[in-house]
Amino acid sequence: MKPSDQKPNQGDSRRDFLKKSSVITAIALTPGIAVKAAENNADERFAELFEKIPLNLTVNNKAYKASVEPRVTLLDYLREELHLTGTKKGCDHGQCGACTVHVDGQRVNSCLSLAVMNEGKKITTIEGLADGDTLHPMQAAFIKHDGFQCGYCTSGQIMSAVACIREGHTSSRAEISEYMSGNICRCGAYPNIVDAIVDVKEGGANV
Amino acid sequence: MINFQYLRTTSAKSAIALLLKDKNAKFLAGGTNLIDLMKRGVTAPEKLIDINHVPLKQIEQIGNKIHIGALTTNTAVADHALIKEKLPLLSWALQAGASAQLRNVATVGGNMMQRTRCGYFYDTEMPCNKRQPGTGCGAMEGFNRMHAIFGTSEKCIAVHPSDMCVALTALDAEVVLANSKGERKIAFKDFHRLAGDTPQLDNNLKADEMIIRLEIPVNNIAKNYHYLKVRDRASYAFALVSVAAAFELNNNKITDIRLAMGGVAHKPWRLTASENFLKGKEATLSNFEKAAELAMTGAKGFGENNFKLKLAPNTIIEALNLAKSKA
Repeated sequence: MKPSDQKPNQGDSRRDFLKKSSVITAIALTPGIAVKAAENNADERFAELFEKIPLNLTVNNKAYKASVEPRVTLLDYLREELHLTGTKKGCDHGQCGACTVHVDGQRVNSCLSLAVMNEGKKITTIEGLADGDTLHPMQAAFIKHDGFQCGYCTSGQIMSAVACIREGHTSSRAEISEYMSGNICRCGAYPNIVDAIVDVKEGGANV
Repeated sequence: MINFQYLRTTSAKSAIALLLKDKNAKFLAGGTNLIDLMKRGVTAPEKLIDINHVPLKQIEQIGNKIHIGALTTNTAVADHALIKEKLPLLSWALQAGASAQLRNVATVGGNMMQRTRCGYFYDTEMPCNKRQPGTGCGAMEGFNRMHAIFGTSEKCIAVHPSDMCVALTALDAEVVLANSKGERKIAFKDFHRLAGDTPQLDNNLKADEMIIRLEIPVNNIAKNYHYLKVRDRASYAFALVSVAAAFELNNNKITDIRLAMGGVAHKPWRLTASENFLKGKEATLSNFEKAAELAMTGAKGFGENNFKLKLAPNTIIEALNLAKSKA
């Protein structure tokens, strides 16, 4: 890269500033809670206090207002803040699909989405599928067809399966397998999962 | 993940202005590669500029070109009626990549900007000239089954993992880039780089630039085409070798042809010599075999990936056969 291609360096970065600024200065400018953080210290603690940003989103038809650090993933926000632990953390790198939720109706890996990227969005998790005590048809089909063993991947599989039908990717078992490939099941319940999806699709239930 | 500052913007102009303000800021689109790399400590930007609300999501035909906004999702492009009708090769390649969940958020620009990478790049305990220039290449004499056979350098033998980019290379796409002063347009095949002496650079996007859109010429090769991806499992895996093939046939004579390969180089690999050989020739198996042989000029294995020296030509021949058999 030519020097002229470089972005101009406009002084120290914010992280450099935090590293260099003295704790004393920080204490003088911040309320009691920050002073307490300073005692445990680490610049990172200050960074947290300064950087939480507001977040408004709807989860399973309920509106939430929150304040989160930018680095919090949607998955961690759902599990750790809202205690919606039905959504599972598997690989935490978008490879297994256990964390699959619907964002504005589309299935996504919640582990690779920052919570703050979901401002104003409507999230549906596995907890939002059933109608009261009545299971969603896909949940019932997974039980009927024994679509799991240990169950850890199941909430992700079900969220993906519902999306698969809504997207119209269920014309054959091969197409279902292709469009379910982002959900790994280490117990190997794949044939039964496909059975469950075929059953729901052929049953014509509104998913 | 190391914390960072998060900003959101709604216009390309303000996104570029924000980028200029901070030497260690990055754009955040779908985030499917960037957030993963940040979680593993491979990269640690101080500021993320969320550009998901910038209105660059159009898919439209203007004159004889199809324009695709940089922030269009992979799913939106793959499923779009215009793309399926006029650029089916692109639709196929997109659907061969990643998983449905990832394609729903991954963008066209993000797909281009995903790192050329391998396991040594991801493992911060290992040497890697791409992650940390000067530390050496772990793959050269290590586990290199997935690695490049074309255009390699002594510094890096990682491959660009995109399927979309292989199709775009074949389709003669152009990329429109913008900075604060204006726009420039470059050929898609010139967007990505070979590793050379600067493996830390995957592409030619300048530090003050943003990808705005793709422009892809409408062609007459939308009938006989195939994207063949060979991988370790049936779906959701990177290519060992992939081939994008498309040609126009008149009385079994090839009048126009595009061939590109993925999984074999630091960038999508266009097979110009094979194209030139096949142009004007009959679409026969023996011609396909000769074209595949020509494509392998200069190929070099590194041990575990020697099988690609045989797999690559076989994949070219099979992709051409499958493209020919398409009614």
